[in-house]
This record gives sequence, C-alpha cells and structure tokens, in this order.
Amino acid sequence: MTTSFPPASTSRPPLAQIGPVAWVRKNLFNSWFNSILTILLGLILGNTLVSFVRWAFSLAQWQVIPANLPLYFVGRFPASEYWRIWVLVALLAALAGQTWGILAKTAPRLFSRPVLIGLAIAALIAVIFPTPLPYRLLIIGIEVLVAASAWFGWQMASKVPSFGKWLAIAWAIALPIALWLLLGGFGLRPVNINDWGGMLLTVFVSVVSILLSFPLGILLALGRQSTLPVIRWLSTAYIEVVRGLPLLSILFFASVMVPLFIPSNIRLNLVMRAIIGLTLFTAAYLAETIRGGLQSIPRGQTEASRALGLSTPLTLGLVVLPQALKVSIPAIVGLFISLLQDTTLLLIIGLFELLGISRSILANPQFIGRYAEAYLFIGLIFWVLCYAMSWGSRRLEQSLNTTH
Amino acid sequence: MTQSTDSSEKIPFWRDDRVWRILIQIAVLGLVLLIGSILVGNMFRNLAQLGRQFNFSFLQNQAGFNIGETIVPYQTNDKYWWALVVGFLNTLRLILLGFVLATAIGVLAGIASFSDNWLLKKLNWVYVEVVRNIPLLLQLFFWIFVVFYGLASQKSPADPPTSLLGAGYINKTGLYIPWPGSGVGDLLALLGLVVGAIAAFLVWRWRMKLMETAGALGKTQQWMLIGLAIAGLLVFLFGLGWQMPVVGDGNSVAGGLRISLEYAAVLAGLSFYTGAFIAEIVRAGIQSVSKGQWEAARALGLHTGLAMQLVVLPQALRVIIPSLNSQYQNLAKNSTLALAIGYPDFFSTFQTTQNQTGRAVEMILILMAVYLLVNLVITTVMNQFNQAVQLKER
Repeated sequence: MTTSFPPASTSRPPLAQIGPVAWVRKNLFNSWFNSILTILLGLILGNTLVSFVRWAFSLAQWQVIPANLPLYFVGRFPASEYWRIWVLVALLAALAGQTWGILAKTAPRLFSRPVLIGLAIAALIAVIFPTPLPYRLLIIGIEVLVAASAWFGWQMASKVPSFGKWLAIAWAIALPIALWLLLGGFGLRPVNINDWGGMLLTVFVSVVSILLSFPLGILLALGRQSTLPVIRWLSTAYIEVVRGLPLLSILFFASVMVPLFIPSNIRLNLVMRAIIGLTLFTAAYLAETIRGGLQSIPRGQTEASRALGLSTPLTLGLVVLPQALKVSIPAIVGLFISLLQDTTLLLIIGLFELLGISRSILANPQFIGRYAEAYLFIGLIFWVLCYAMSWGSRRLEQSLNTTH
Repeated sequence: MTQSTDSSEKIPFWRDDRVWRILIQIAVLGLVLLIGSILVGNMFRNLAQLGRQFNFSFLQNQAGFNIGETIVPYQTNDKYWWALVVGFLNTLRLILLGFVLATAIGVLAGIASFSDNWLLKKLNWVYVEVVRNIPLLLQLFFWIFVVFYGLASQKSPADPPTSLLGAGYINKTGLYIPWPGSGVGDLLALLGLVVGAIAAFLVWRWRMKLMETAGALGKTQQWMLIGLAIAGLLVFLFGLGWQMPVVGDGNSVAGGLRISLEYAAVLAGLSFYTGAFIAEIVRAGIQSVSKGQWEAARALGLHTGLAMQLVVLPQALRVIIPSLNSQYQNLAKNSTLALAIGYPDFFSTFQTTQNQTGRAVEMILILMAVYLLVNLVITTVMNQFNQAVQLKER
C-alpha cells in the first residue's frame, strides 16, 4: 500500500513558463495578430520617442520656460509682493496636509508607496528645475510642510475626535485670509486684480466659481426635485438651457450682457464678470451632480426624519443634504477638474490665465515660434493637477464609503 | 360639550399645507419675475443711454466682412443673416464629420482596452488619460501650431511641400488629399456604389432571415455578398476617377481636395478629445455585460466575433447610447472653440457680427436658439436610436 509520490522537484521551472520570456510571450506575442500588432506599435513608438528625444535635446529651446516662470505662475503680480503668495501656499499646504491625514486615518499606512514615489518625484523636480536657489529651497520646504502636517493630522485624527470639525473651521477662516493676502489692503499694499495671471488666476477663478456656485446649485437641485410644479419647472428650465449652451456663449453673455443688466454706474472688472459667467454655468452642472446624490438617498431617510417630527427644511438640512453631498463628492471633484480645464476659455474674452499668458509670452519676438516647448510645459502642469485630483477623488471615494 | 365640526373648517388657512404650497409658488414666481424685470429694465435703460433699439432689422444690412472658407457662395457685400447661415453650415460640416471620426476613434480605443496585447492596452491608457486631463483649447493650439503649422512650414520657400506618405501634400495653403473627380462617369460610379451598398444590406438581411427561420447556411447569399464586395472595391478604386494632388511650378499644389489647416486642426482636436471620452463609455458599456453572457455565447458555439456582434454588443449599446448622446452634445458645444483657431464657424461669424453691429441682446437670443436647436436635434435623433436598442419588454 505504498503510494508513490512524484519526486519533489527542486529545479527551477523552465524559463519558458515563468519569468520575463514567458511574460513577453504571453502578453505581447500570443498570436500572429498580436505579434504583428506589437511589432508595428513598437516601431511607431520607438520612432516617436527617438525623434522626440532628439528634438528635446537639440532643436528645442527650453529658455522660454525658466525665463518666464513668474509670468506662468502669477502673471504680473508685483515681484516685491511674492512673499504673500509663498505665505498663502504654505498656509494652504499645511491645511491640505492635515486634511489628507484625516482622510487617510483608516489607512494602515499614511505614506504608502505611490505617495512616497509622488513626493520623491516632486522633490526631484524641485531640485533640478532651473530656478534661483531660494525658490528651490522654498518648494522643498513646502513639500516637507505638507508631509509633516499630514503626519500631524493623521496622529490627531485618532486622538482628538473633533479635530475634523476644527479643520473645517480653519479652512473657512483661510478663505478670507487668502483674499486678504492676494488683494492687499488692511496694512498690505493693494494689488490690482487685473495684474493677476497665469496659474494664480486659473486656480483662483475656478475655486471661487465652484464655491459661489454651491448655493445656487443646491437650490436648483432641490428645486428640480420639488413637488411644487412652478419651482420644478423654473429649475429644470434653467438647468437645461444652461447645459444646452456652449460655455463660450455664457462667457460672452457674462462679458457683454452682464454690464447691460446692472445699473450703468456700477463697473465690474473682467475677472468678476468671468467669475459670474463660470458660476452661472457651473451651478447648472453642480445641480445635476447633487441631484444624483439626492436620488441615491433612500426614501426611508426622509420618512424617518419626518416621523421624528422634523420639518421639511430641517429634514433637508440635517438628514438628506449632508448624505447627498457626501455621496456626490467624487462627482463634484470631477466637475472641478473640468472647470479648471474650462478656465482656459477665459483667454478668448481677454484674460491672461495659464494658457492666455503663454500666448502673450509666445507673441514676444524673443520666444516666437516656441509653441511646442511652452504648450508641453502648460500641458504638463494641467495634466499633473487634474490627474492628481482624479486619483485623490478615487481614494476619497474609497475612504468615504461607509456602507457595510 | 364636544363640537364635532368638519375638520377642514377647523384648520385656519395659515396652517393649511395646501394654501402654503400655492403661496410659496406664487412667492418664488414673483421673486423671479421681480429680479427679471429689474434686470431687463436696467438693460433697456442702458440700451437707451447708448442710443440703441431692440429689433432684428440689422440682419438685412450688408455684412462687409470676409469669411475664410465657405461651402456655399458668399461675398463680403452679402447680408448679415446670410453670413450667419454660412457660418452655421461651417459648424455643421465640422460637427457632422466630428461625430463620425470621434465615434470611430472611441470605439476602436474602447475595444483596444480589452486587448490581451499589453503594449496596445498601455498605449490606449496613455491616450485616454493624457487627452482627458488636458484642456481641449490647449490641445487645439497644439494641433494647429505644433502639428499642422509645424508640418506645413518649410525651411526655405524653395523647398517642395511636405509629402504625407506619398498620398497627399501639406503646405501653408492647406492640406491636399486625393478626391474623386466630378465628371458624369464618376458621379454614376458613386451612384452605383450607393445602390450596391443598399443591395448588399438587403442581401445580408435576407441571409440572416434565412439562417434564423429556416436554419439554412445561406451559402448562395454569402457568395453574392462577396461578389458585391469585390465589385464595389473595383468601382471604388478605378471608377471614381481619383484626382491625385500634384506639385506644380512654384511648388504650388494642384488637384485633389484642399482642406484648410484650421479645419483639419479643429476636426482632429475635437475628434481625438471626444474619442477619449467615448472610449471610456464603450469600455464601461462592454464591461457592464456580465461575463456569463460571453461564456454562454461561446458555449453555444459562437466565435468571438459573432459573440460580440450578436450577444454582447446589443446589450452594451443599451448602456452606451444614452451617454453617447451627451458626448455628441459636448462635441457640438465644444466646436465653438474653433473661434480661437481661426476656423470661421457659427460662433466666429456670430462674434464678428456682434462686434460690428453692437446688437448684443438680439445676437445672444439668436445664439441661444441655434445651439439649443442643435442639441435638441441631436437628442431627438439619439433618442430614436436609443428606443431601437432598448430592451423589448412585454
């Protein structure tokens, strides 16, 4: 009754079944069609990469970027007041770091591998980027600040349960401080909003527009869900008309028509008109996003809160809206990403946001024809911003998912 | 002691829910009307101060501006309304071809994300993530300034125009591609192709019906289809009288079809941008069909292509079509960015007209009407299509 087991093999499996050769065979050359495809794509890709590298190191003149770095980032913001921007960036970095720490409180490790790689790449770019030495040190300092406050927030989140509430209040206080630092007044030298440009204007306009569009967006979303027909029709009409129109026509409306709608003795500058246009536009999309969130809240929630004796406004404000907004956070981040991209359209109405300022730099005879360099640089900035936000929102979606 | 009166009489009207519902609606309507009337009142006051009236008679005045490229005759002394129509036709030319190209790119890229070829999958991922995370306007600038002007620029004026794989040429005046001739024989051949395509479709339907109802193999019909395809290919290659672009004296290009660089750039930018979104929709649609459907189809003996065509795609389309509708609307709306490139679409002629006449109010009404109409047409067509693919339930 002896069962003979096959002899235990101590030799490694043949290379054709495991290892890089097998991987290549399985993923690149598993059929004649795939083999042809791989060779064809490889040739095209290799050719493109070689000609790109050759162009980047011999033909391209990258001088257009370091020579105009302040313009790209803050436009014609006075150079003597740059310290205010740095203070603002440090403030936002500290708050953002702590928020990240709180959101990651359920994660087993704060600094996971992709995060460490991202931080390392950012540090590397800061070191090799051809800017004056103080700026490099400042950028690295800010990165350290983000990491440190993330760690601080992560520690605090587990010790002080109400830390999140305090942080929300800190964000609310940071907003007026940001405006004060940027605009001046109250002891600081005033800076004309028309001198803003580049990334400062891009980020400012998109953040302010999305914040301002929240009240209108929430009202429209509730209005569209309302049982009162007149309110429902009005909200639906607004949402559908705005969503049916190109953004360019709404910006045109804001820059040409809004001055006609207000009394002629009030003058709005172009940035404000652009913000009005973007707010009216975003509110319609935000309303649809929030409506999606509202629809995902089960009826039982409303019925339960009515049974507890809460009135309709209290039911909405305390029970339904907080849940609906939380559900729609990832979609709102997506909306913000497209809003950030849409701010490039402001160049058509004559504002110098990131794309607009590069157009005016490229009109300078010294840098004429350097389109590829400048556009690659801006494209990279937008890509990093938008990709990081969408990655973050996917992570947020996971950490906010409290269903069991 | 107890008074048993009707309960509706007891409730005072200020505590009656029904009264409040009506009152709130009246109040909201009144508020909206009040704000609207203040704004419109301001507008008319401001217009009066500027010495303008509100009417559409200016559309009968001479436009006096030039439109770079048109598909219908247009002169600078034509009327404003005709200039707007010409611009609208340019927009239509852009978005209709854009729909076709974006769908083709999107479907190919969406299917490519299911490929078992690692390189293709990664390249597809790079395409989608790069295009979706960079603003469209920047992409359009890239297409026109870097790609098309870059290809068209010559080091010295004596250089010949850049050749595109031997089939066409590109220089500062435009992109030249082969195009069918316009003689009587060529038109007849084109007509023949259309008739042949309809015939092939009918034969295909006939074959499918025979296969489904009678269980026949449909060999005869298959041979007919192959014959039609060969005949069609021959007519396509030799019957249409293809005009090849040729380089003449002074390095000018003649023959073939000239496409302006601006049109080519906007079309390429819009198609690749929308294509990336469509790719994601197609991918999500195919993923939404459960794996069991694939396995069941394979178990019934259908090979991959037929399983896709007969089982998976009809179910995926139910998910895909509604989202496709909003992508087509986005493409139509984004086509206004052609203005920044210099392609004379509707928005560009609209803006020139508005700048020349100063009639902001009238023009914005026209603008709203046109784009809402375009979106309405797209939605109607897509809804028809949607009804055709939706689940047929009893």
